[in-house]
Amino acid sequence: MHHLTEPRPVEGKFLTPTVIALIIIVLNGLVWLVIRFIFGIGAVANLTDQYPWGILKGVNVAAGVALAAGGFTTAALTHIFHKEYFHDIIRPALLLSFLGYMFAGMSVVIDLGRFYQFWHPMVFWNGNSVLFEVAICVMAYVTVLGIEFMPIVCERFIGRVNLKGVLSIFNRPIDLLLRYSDRILDKTLFFFIITGVVLSCLHQSSLGALMMLAGQKIHPLWQSPISPLMFLLSAIAVGFPMVIMQTIITERSINLKPSTYILANLGKYVGPLLGIYLASKIGDLVIRETFVYLTSFSVASVMWTIEILFGVIIPLRMFFWDKVLTSRPLLLTASLLLIMGVFLNRFNVFITAYKPLYAETPYWPALGEISISLGLVALQILLFRAFIFIFPVMSQPIKQLRTKTKYAIRGVIR
Amino acid sequence: MSSQSRRDFLKTAGLIGAGAVGLKPQKAQAAPKKVVADDRMGVLIDTTMCIGCRRCEYACKITHDLPTEPEESFDDRSGFKKMRRPDESTLTVVNEYPPAHNPNLPTNVKVQCMHCDHPACVSACIVGAFSKEENGSVIWNESLCIGCRYCMVACPFQIPANEYYRALQPEIRKCDFCFERTKLGLVPACVDICPVEALTYGKRFELLKLARRKIDSNGRRYIDHIYGQFEAGGTSWMYLAGQEFTNLGLPALTSEPAPGATESLQHAIFAYFIPPALLFSLLGGIMWINRKTDEAE
Repeated sequence: MHHLTEPRPVEGKFLTPTVIALIIIVLNGLVWLVIRFIFGIGAVANLTDQYPWGILKGVNVAAGVALAAGGFTTAALTHIFHKEYFHDIIRPALLLSFLGYMFAGMSVVIDLGRFYQFWHPMVFWNGNSVLFEVAICVMAYVTVLGIEFMPIVCERFIGRVNLKGVLSIFNRPIDLLLRYSDRILDKTLFFFIITGVVLSCLHQSSLGALMMLAGQKIHPLWQSPISPLMFLLSAIAVGFPMVIMQTIITERSINLKPSTYILANLGKYVGPLLGIYLASKIGDLVIRETFVYLTSFSVASVMWTIEILFGVIIPLRMFFWDKVLTSRPLLLTASLLLIMGVFLNRFNVFITAYKPLYAETPYWPALGEISISLGLVALQILLFRAFIFIFPVMSQPIKQLRTKTKYAIRGVIR
Repeated sequence: MSSQSRRDFLKTAGLIGAGAVGLKPQKAQAAPKKVVADDRMGVLIDTTMCIGCRRCEYACKITHDLPTEPEESFDDRSGFKKMRRPDESTLTVVNEYPPAHNPNLPTNVKVQCMHCDHPACVSACIVGAFSKEENGSVIWNESLCIGCRYCMVACPFQIPANEYYRALQPEIRKCDFCFERTKLGLVPACVDICPVEALTYGKRFELLKLARRKIDSNGRRYIDHIYGQFEAGGTSWMYLAGQEFTNLGLPALTSEPAPGATESLQHAIFAYFIPPALLFSLLGGIMWINRKTDEAE
């Protein structure tokens, strides 16, 4: 197979007006974070005994993990189902997932009352707890993602480890270590790839079981016994749209030639996957007869309708339309709608649907927690940009094609 | 040609299998039953006896070293205008509700942890910091807690409170059934101080008999419902009342233990790690077949 593209670190200007805006958002979040660590989580978040979980859990963790599904879906597509055609998008997808999970974990730690004891679940186990299962799977999966990212680090730094000053004595050991791990990973990576997919299936579905324990405090529209299945199906459906969105935006941001055909072919899978999710949603609605709640006008019924109509049905129709698949603006719109739909689903399950028994005023996120939440997202985007500037992540046209005769057979003649 | 169709078949079979094994929430085996001691203790709250003196609140604060106003201030009944909930500095509160029959006698209801037989908090806690003790108490272990507050999400009675304004060592606080006192053979502080015997401390099965006797012998005073006998799978603290419990701020719950469905789901997905292992081998198989195919071409 001949690739006219190869993954390379991005070159160019790092600082753009958007980047500066993102840095400001991060700094604002940082200020609130300091307040949180001095005065407690109550000082920055509108949390009460009635509403113990806010957007740091509902948005940054629940929605964040769902939207980080691009990694395992793409890994399954390219490596397990062996669609080599999509090779160019696997690295960015992997990187975004890796960062997504890291930041979901960071959000949990910020939200924990005793953040410095975040490691307790690894030692003190409660096998009955859904949250325990989520925590262990997520921690294991972050490790797996890190291992899957290692070959990229090896590729970048083997023979190029160049620490300055006193640290330079480590240059050789690090280089040897990288070469060693590269050799091992070459033979074992398939194991980690499959493990990653299994772990993803497990914790994506377990996230759906989290709020089941809240019983009648969750609005019947979302309190479903098949909630874990619906969480998994929606995570699988949103994986490729996340990759499409990320690819289109990144390519525009670093002035790459758009990879329209790859994305169009990737988009073909979304329709059927989304159809299965919609079927489970509608089936659940009909079997449990929860449609009665849609007949009355309330926050819950409005949010449910927005979630399903704009977040599932409209993108579903769009992804089955060839014109959408080949048009970048339309494909981006369809992907964004679906991403919004899955985001809203997690938001609804964790925030909208949660009605505690004795709440006097409904929960509304405070400025502090919104700032921290946005700061985490902005930092994640910044780190993504930094990573693609440092590591060979983005596939770009091979440089200087005129020297092709000399280098095209690299790998054969050494 | 034949190998082509066989391959397609395997691919499809693999896909369906992956769906069936890993994705389907199975309700196979129920969670192993929690061992609950037969002679566990409990408290019967007779709301028709309670006079709303709030001495139980006072005794609770003294016993648990919580900041408190002087004892006389608890006589002030103006606080009843507002419905209160237990919080991080008040583990039990008494609320007042409009009377059922006699306009002169309002109903006072003491609120605290119900000490469920199948507690949602025990099931939920990520590190197992909550435990159901042999004597019926549900207690919290400070050294394990990480402050995730999933117990508060899970509790069907919305009882646990959290210290949101402490950056270090915030505690989850709730009634601990005076675990330190009952260990020494004392009765819980609130029961001890109650001047009208609205609270009865004893073995749960004997309390149930007592409650039944009270209802049977005085049908006009009580409705025929022992709140907590079956609610959420049974609780150690139980109520008697002269009017519907939903009017008294207590949630209408089924006899289904709160953690039931999620625990069986959890155990089904992880039954001896068979479903994850099956999913793993399935994906591995698909990967192997596809790679073989690719090499052949």
